Amino acid sequence: MRKLAIISLLALMAISGIDSYASSAPAPERIQRGEELQVSSAEVGQYGGTLVVGQRAEPKTLNPVTATDGPSREVIGRMMADLVHINRVTQQTEPALASSWKLSTDGRSFTVKLRQGVRFSDGYPFSADDVVFSFRVYLDEKVHSPNRDLLTIGGKPISAVKIDDHTVRFDMSQPYAAAERIFDSVAILPQHLLLKSYEQGSFAQALTLNTAPDTIAGLGPFRLKQYLPGQRLVLERNPFYWKADRDGHRLPYLDEIAFLFVGNEDAQILRFQSGETSVISRFSPDNYPAMAREQQNRGYDLVDLGPSLEYNFLFFNLNELPPDKFQQISREQPWFRDLRFRQAISLAIDRRSIVKLAFGGRGVPIWGNVTPGNKLWINRELPHPERSIPQAKDLLRSAGFSWDEKGKLLDLERKPVEFTIITSSSNAQRVKMATLIADDLAQLGMSVHVVPLEFRAVMDRVFQSNDYDACVLGLGGGDADPNGDMNVWMSNGSTHLWNMHETKPATPWEAELDALLNRQLVTLEYKKRKRIYDEAQALIANNLPFIFLASPNVLVGATKQVANFRPAPLEPYVLWNADELYLRQQGVATAK
Amino acid sequence: MLMHRKIFAIAMAFAAVHCGILFAGFFAPYMPSAQHREHAYARPTKLHFVDAQGQVHIRPFVYPSVPVEGEGFQYREDPSSGYPIRFLSRKSDGIHLLAVDSQADLFLFGTDGYGRDIFSRLLFGGRISLLAAMVATLLSLLIGVAAGGIAGHFGGAVDAVIMRSSELVLALPWIYLLLAIRGSLPLHVEPTRTLILLSAVIGAMGWARPARLIRGVVLSARERPFVSAARGFGASEWYLLRRHVLPQTLGVITAQAVTLIPQFVAAEATLSFLGLGIGEPVPSWGNMLSAFQQFQTVSSYWWMAAPLVALVAVSLTYFVLADALHQAGARINSGQSYA
Repeated sequence: MRKLAIISLLALMAISGIDSYASSAPAPERIQRGEELQVSSAEVGQYGGTLVVGQRAEPKTLNPVTATDGPSREVIGRMMADLVHINRVTQQTEPALASSWKLSTDGRSFTVKLRQGVRFSDGYPFSADDVVFSFRVYLDEKVHSPNRDLLTIGGKPISAVKIDDHTVRFDMSQPYAAAERIFDSVAILPQHLLLKSYEQGSFAQALTLNTAPDTIAGLGPFRLKQYLPGQRLVLERNPFYWKADRDGHRLPYLDEIAFLFVGNEDAQILRFQSGETSVISRFSPDNYPAMAREQQNRGYDLVDLGPSLEYNFLFFNLNELPPDKFQQISREQPWFRDLRFRQAISLAIDRRSIVKLAFGGRGVPIWGNVTPGNKLWINRELPHPERSIPQAKDLLRSAGFSWDEKGKLLDLERKPVEFTIITSSSNAQRVKMATLIADDLAQLGMSVHVVPLEFRAVMDRVFQSNDYDACVLGLGGGDADPNGDMNVWMSNGSTHLWNMHETKPATPWEAELDALLNRQLVTLEYKKRKRIYDEAQALIANNLPFIFLASPNVLVGATKQVANFRPAPLEPYVLWNADELYLRQQGVATAK
Repeated sequence: MLMHRKIFAIAMAFAAVHCGILFAGFFAPYMPSAQHREHAYARPTKLHFVDAQGQVHIRPFVYPSVPVEGEGFQYREDPSSGYPIRFLSRKSDGIHLLAVDSQADLFLFGTDGYGRDIFSRLLFGGRISLLAAMVATLLSLLIGVAAGGIAGHFGGAVDAVIMRSSELVLALPWIYLLLAIRGSLPLHVEPTRTLILLSAVIGAMGWARPARLIRGVVLSARERPFVSAARGFGASEWYLLRRHVLPQTLGVITAQAVTLIPQFVAAEATLSFLGLGIGEPVPSWGNMLSAFQQFQTVSSYWWMAAPLVALVAVSLTYFVLADALHQAGARINSGQSYA
């Protein structure tokens, strides 16, 4: 009997993995006098436990300045803190390391007051020097930070000036509408650990996965404990963290967060279903029905957070191409450039079927670049024209297209309308969208071929070689603020997908859009700014550089044990409030 | 006699499968790319013989299926009216062996994520997949037998060169080569050209393994006493290779052929992933199977495994047929030599 009990205990330990994460996390430090803690409004929880998370891929780096991949950012975000943070649920800013901030009357400078008595996760005190140092690193061109663009306003990088130990002033060359949102996710770095490597020019090597845990420090709720390549990365409590709950307990509650590298979404789901991981962040709608069926039996809750900020779209190659090199595409481009052609295509696409078949009904059709998930900025007045093949045919006819006796669509030179849509073969939903579109457009007499390509090949064709007719892609997911998308919509933007190399606006409407976007950038009052952005959205929807298709819902899940679980439709959907999460103690069944 | 009956039975099965695939347009109830968007992921349609009143019908019939509200991809039968299966019915796209009126659907193997009939896609897809796989198998075996036979029989420098190049082929990072091939091709490639391309690429990739196997068999065969005896009588090396050594490899070749065909059908799915295979909406067993790699498909839509079952069944038919022919051939051969 006893033997059986031991075996079952061992089995349970193996299943839950507790043997390997036997917690030795440091206890939270006593709160010191003069320490300016931020008080969380979340439910008061209890200390202890390991939150296990399955990650599809291994993080590539622990360097917050250069990280671009999702897994790295998910881990780094728990280890680092920013001055001002966007609450992922309310989508509004709230104080973080900055206890307060003030914008000057001309809108060109921010004065930020830093929290007193804050310490890094190695116990070293935090001061204005760290802030100035961090911005110096982020803005250094040699470091190649992807955040540098966002911190550059009106062509000039913002500058950070230390006023005193706990005050920093940020100067900008022009007023900036997104204001303090700019500080979100700009991690404050420990100058005492990184200054040397930065000055020696080896900053990129300073924070890799192989860096010893005791030489990495941050201001986030957790710090690095262990990294096992190919297996897992474990974070433990930062005992000096600057937040406390309503009863004055220092956060975070969790002893540890363990990220298991599981390989792909299917493995992520299986591990979650078996109870090996406690939360699942953003899974595809295809998997929802099968997971929902098991919800009761397996003791987890799935949450459908509604539409995400991701917008999927079809776009055509409108790049200026050398006609001798791209004869075929150059011959097709007059169609693609004709607004009536794009309108006809938009009218012929059955968006409801896309939502139903590509997202299993867990998504919404869209007609503009801002999804219903972005409550602050969506223009609700945009028209949602119903699908209509006859109207689409009328538009094509008015643009000079005709049909042969077999119903094939012919262009002005009486050549058949035939083109290909490329999309990433690793994204089943987008392949489905493209296939459905090809079928819809067959009803207009167009002959459309879908060519799924490996993701990098798609990127290469869109960004570099411009060798494609049309493409289905998706964007969005970061910040809700319009500025996050400036690089897509500004004619000189780096992600101006449909016409990559514009030096000046190629069409009058693009010039108008540039002007509107530049205007909203410096308009500080929300209502006025929203009006301008509404106009920009309408301009985009009317000119259809992208034919917007659908936005998937954000689907996440957690075991019933996880408390204070407040997932949000913004990245990182589930772990954004990791400092407040705690595990409900359950009667330990095997302890008898 | 027993042997002949066995061969006959297998040959019939073989003919039936290939007939179905060859005349897919007649046997398939629908066009392979026709989408029934209201019936995505529908289970195989049930054929009924007994109606709601308990009356027995000789001609099978089906009930129309209607989506269950609020549940994703769940359907129920509406037993208020049954629709009989019509045999040899004429539709706009020709005569079909089986059909039902348009108010109901006949999805014998269910539908995929677009509501396309899997049975029809299986038949149409078999054309491309089996043809490409067979041509590729033939190609890789031809190269493999030639290379392995020569290397094994002549040995020495020839052997070293051939075997090292086969190792090179095995070690090559094919994926980059394939990406380069894809990059040099136009985006849309006609299905016939895709077929040739597929067979060539897979065949060129696949010869190294059979070559190594055959080399091994040849190495042992050429040392057999009767080969030495023939050499002693003054037979030329080419004669020995053709008459005595290569026939010994027949068993290995058949076994290889039968294992390579399903492998190559699956390889086509990998090539589709790189944009080199058969693209949507044209069906192939490879691209149909790639949907089955996803967890949700395996857990919720088991009927999408149909191409897998078909592949195993077809490979098995090939195997048994090849084996029976081989045995029959051996008997005839031995009969002749003792006569």
